[in-house]
Amino acid sequence: MHSFLAVFKRELKSYFTTPLAYVFLVIFLFFSGYLTFKQGFYEMRQADMRAFFLNLPLLFVFMVPATAMRLWAEERKIGSIELLLTLPITVTQAVLGKFLAAWLFLAIALALTFPMAITVCYLGDPDVGLIITGYIGSLLMAGGFLAIGCFFSAASKSQVISFVLSVVACAVLVFAGMPTTLNYLSTFLPAGLVSAIESMSFQTHFESIQKGVLEFKDLSYFVLLIVGWVAAGSIVLNERKAG
Amino acid sequence: MIEVKELRRSFGPIVAVDGISFDVEKGDVLGFLGPNGAGKTTVMRILACFLAPDSGTATICGYDILRSPVQVRRSLGYLAENAPAYNEMTVGAFLKFVCDVRRITGKKRKQSLDRIVPMCAIESVYHQTIETLSKGYQRRVGLAQALIHDPDVLILDEPTDGLDPNQKHEVRKLINEMASDKGIIVSTHILEEVEAVCSRTIIISRGRILVDSTPEKLKQKYHCSLDEVFRKITRAKVA
Repeated sequence: MHSFLAVFKRELKSYFTTPLAYVFLVIFLFFSGYLTFKQGFYEMRQADMRAFFLNLPLLFVFMVPATAMRLWAEERKIGSIELLLTLPITVTQAVLGKFLAAWLFLAIALALTFPMAITVCYLGDPDVGLIITGYIGSLLMAGGFLAIGCFFSAASKSQVISFVLSVVACAVLVFAGMPTTLNYLSTFLPAGLVSAIESMSFQTHFESIQKGVLEFKDLSYFVLLIVGWVAAGSIVLNERKAG
Repeated sequence: MIEVKELRRSFGPIVAVDGISFDVEKGDVLGFLGPNGAGKTTVMRILACFLAPDSGTATICGYDILRSPVQVRRSLGYLAENAPAYNEMTVGAFLKFVCDVRRITGKKRKQSLDRIVPMCAIESVYHQTIETLSKGYQRRVGLAQALIHDPDVLILDEPTDGLDPNQKHEVRKLINEMASDKGIIVSTHILEEVEAVCSRTIIISRGRILVDSTPEKLKQKYHCSLDEVFRKITRAKVA
């Protein structure tokens, strides 16, 4: 087996051998459902999942850093990083293995929201393409948040610090694209700068995918974001692994 | 098998390793001695490619630690201080994970496990999670992890720390059995251990090598026990 796969497999299993996975899944599924119905899922009288996807960024701002914070901070705290990185494996392989395992875990969490899709299909005749792009957008967003969380987890030995920093970083990236923020910024910033901030935000690209079109600019935004933060994470980890 | 050339490494203002060079041949068991904070662990971490040296280099089985770290780690068994492991895993799952990363699969994996588990006497805890084990057993699991691929070079950082006298004896016996066809570095604070297993000894202090000799020669030269030799050398040179 490839060393990278071994790390990937171990990491994914470790979610389910500890209570972490179950606590996470229950809370995530509860709140994703609760917020959807609170937004007026029935009252809208529309067979789509807008109300569901609308709340995901907010939920992910807290939930994804909670998954990511342990990735490296825990390894460094208990010293198992010295075991892992003295096995014949490169830092990049280890970082990717762990990152992808966590991403797959989040994908499982997202997949478990399938009753929502079934409900919509049962109640009406929704646009399936829209639901699929909605899920793709959510998965990409989860990957982006996770890459940020992974970076801060590598940067700090303390899980709490890495959690707080990644929540802040993710929240900034989400709220930068909210209309209220943009309106406020446009009162004193030049229009070019405001649109630059808007195009750097998660929210803008996430909503654009929600409309049912996978555009190159949105995909490349998420890919660049993930690659950038993961690469930065492995550089930081390489510098600080022994500290 | 191991050639170390002028290794240097500092952490901020503290110079941990200050120009250390030595060789280890096949069949050598090198005892790495020194007071706390002498730089033993740092040297071992550099050899295991966990830390990069500021300058100098080393080769293990012909591979340079800077240029081909993955090959070095492939030919190396490394037991870190305190034997870190994934505590939530069972011993069996953990060893299988190490096999997977080292690309020991299928029949070979079973053979390796069948060899290593009795060798380190961990049959009775094979299905327990590592966090529930006593310190001694955790050490032995760490040792099993380091030996599972039958490496040519072994680096053991305080392998007997926390073991009871019987277990210490077992580990020393294990090292002696393996000594003939491997190059081994053992760091320790226990001087009787040096006499029991080591064919050579290096005493370092403040990142420098003070003595590179054999336990017998040292005792002859100073006419006293290794304990006193250690005190004389490290105190005199440090002060």
